[in-house]
Amino acid sequence: MSDITSAASAGPAATEPPLPLLERLGFRGASGVGEAGWLRTLLAAIVSLLYFFPVLWIILTAFKTYDDVLAVRAKFIFTPTLDNFRQVFSRAYSVQGQVQDTGFTLAFINSIVTATISVTVALVIGTFAAFGFSRYPLKGNDTYLFIVLTTRMLPAIVVIIPIFLMFRVTGLAGTHLGIILLYTAFNLPFTIWMMKSFFDELSRDVEDAARIDGSSDARVFLKICLPQVVAGLAATAVFGLILTWNEFLFARLLSGVETRTVPVAMAQTIGGDIGVRWGLLAATETLFLIPVIIVTFALQNQLLRGVTFGTIKR
Amino acid sequence: MSTIELRQLTKRFGRFTAVREVDLSVRAGEVVCLLGPSGCGKTTTLRLIAGLERPSSGDVLVAGKRVNDLKPEQRDIAMVFQFYALYPALSVRENIMFPLHYERLDVASARSRVARVAEILHLQDVLERRPGEISEGEKQRVAVGRSIVRTPTCFLFDEPLSRLDVELRESMRGQIKTVLTGLSKATVIVTHDQLEALTMADRIAIMRDGVIEQAASPHEVFARPANVFIASFIGTPQMNLLEARYDGFVDGRAAFDLQGDPVRLKVDPAVQRLPQGKVTLGIRPRALAPNGVASLETLTGRAELIEPMGAETLVHARTRSGREVRVVVPRDARVRVGETLHLKADLAQTHVFDGSGKAVRT
Repeated sequence: MSDITSAASAGPAATEPPLPLLERLGFRGASGVGEAGWLRTLLAAIVSLLYFFPVLWIILTAFKTYDDVLAVRAKFIFTPTLDNFRQVFSRAYSVQGQVQDTGFTLAFINSIVTATISVTVALVIGTFAAFGFSRYPLKGNDTYLFIVLTTRMLPAIVVIIPIFLMFRVTGLAGTHLGIILLYTAFNLPFTIWMMKSFFDELSRDVEDAARIDGSSDARVFLKICLPQVVAGLAATAVFGLILTWNEFLFARLLSGVETRTVPVAMAQTIGGDIGVRWGLLAATETLFLIPVIIVTFALQNQLLRGVTFGTIKR
Repeated sequence: MSTIELRQLTKRFGRFTAVREVDLSVRAGEVVCLLGPSGCGKTTTLRLIAGLERPSSGDVLVAGKRVNDLKPEQRDIAMVFQFYALYPALSVRENIMFPLHYERLDVASARSRVARVAEILHLQDVLERRPGEISEGEKQRVAVGRSIVRTPTCFLFDEPLSRLDVELRESMRGQIKTVLTGLSKATVIVTHDQLEALTMADRIAIMRDGVIEQAASPHEVFARPANVFIASFIGTPQMNLLEARYDGFVDGRAAFDLQGDPVRLKVDPAVQRLPQGKVTLGIRPRALAPNGVASLETLTGRAELIEPMGAETLVHARTRSGREVRVVVPRDARVRVGETLHLKADLAQTHVFDGSGKAVRT
């Protein structure tokens, strides 16, 4: 039967069989090898492993003893230990020193709070701004879009000096508000550009239809446009989150003892009188990875749709 | 009083004039088709009525009120878009229900309205699905459903059937006509398909280059085309348009010279007032009978190409002066390639257009 006749005669479509468990969990095409065949699948697996190897190595190292870490023949098989993880939270800073709290929990909370708030705020403001840029262009719209992006065009090290001065003058240095504001401002350009491209893709007819059906601009935005870019919101949020979560330079210079984030805390574990404690560092990194993996995994389906631009059906 | 009225409506995009001084009125219960080739300004005219474009000059009146400065959402109009413009994130039910927030209905009566519309358009089974999960024909019906769920002052359709396959188009055409008849509202349909216009419209406004060339009943535009453009645009197969020289009246018949091929035809008496000179003769393929006898009153041509069309056969003949003439003959009239035909024209369907292309009629 041709497509046309089947489309024409399609009453209620045949009920599709339920997805296998793995696919429901988000593993796309996890069952079977797909159409690419074994060879290509194997090749993809090898490349993936190469990409994943550094992460895997860090996770393995986190479970090694000090001696195992330094073993000259790198060990893949060893007796795992949780010592490193314990030391992430409390340890002695010198050989004879007392065991004390490392403040890692605070840094972890700081990281979560600053990243969540700044990404969310940037997403809200950025989405409104992107819709504005897309639908109600200003005179010289592109110029504004360009200017918004300029701070992101330079290496961070270049813009840090004026920003440091701005923070000194305003007294924001070392405060939570300061670091959140900074990250929000950093996430905004990226959010605006991403979301604008999603809004640009939407069919204008749909919005015209909603207007004729009696909708105000606000209703068109909230009820019609926003639901169509959910995938875009997810993708933007994840990218923003990863960028913010891993940011080190600004956090190092502009946060204080109370407000430092995990990357800063991590850097401070390097050093001390017994050299770099690789196992400790790896354990910190492993813990640090968990939130990103959880978020990415939770949004995986949206993300896949979001990053493949131009998939919005008309 | 007309429900939609356009007065000297003009829309310019930069230097380009898309719609030029259009006057048109649509009565309540009347279906008017805007017909024309692509780029003729018909969709722009529709968008001007809807308020999606602002006129450069002239007025749009809806229900007697000037609406130039009203936003689309304030005009109380329903429109069906060419690509349906369904709300992708909403279910079919929510799509149809969407315009009802205009009337601030409670949920129960809104749902019963949707149910009624779904019944009329046979959409009961797909109400919970998303637009991405239904067929093209169903999308079309949802778009129509969304427009008729309310009772606006008028309806606008932009190429409503262009995305459907032939079979579906025919049945939808009938369905839409039935629905529209039941509503008896002022309706404007934009189409480039003359069959659609001829079958659905009470009146057809044919546009070219932003200008309405003729606005009349389907019968009128077919039987009495105002100019050469209308004559060539309406009717399949296309009307034969033969350039000729008018030489005056002889024995109550107009004498024409078809490039050395003299004919005398019974034509509209108004032709007598025409000065001698260049004219265009328009004769529909179905108005030529192939069984005449050789005389000054018949066109003579040799059959070159025979195209059976089912009930009838289309014959392409060539006159002695080398002009192609299309003739439609009944299926049982067995014309063979190479045969000489003496074509006799029907007076009522012979049109004379003057040098500027305007029809000459009493």
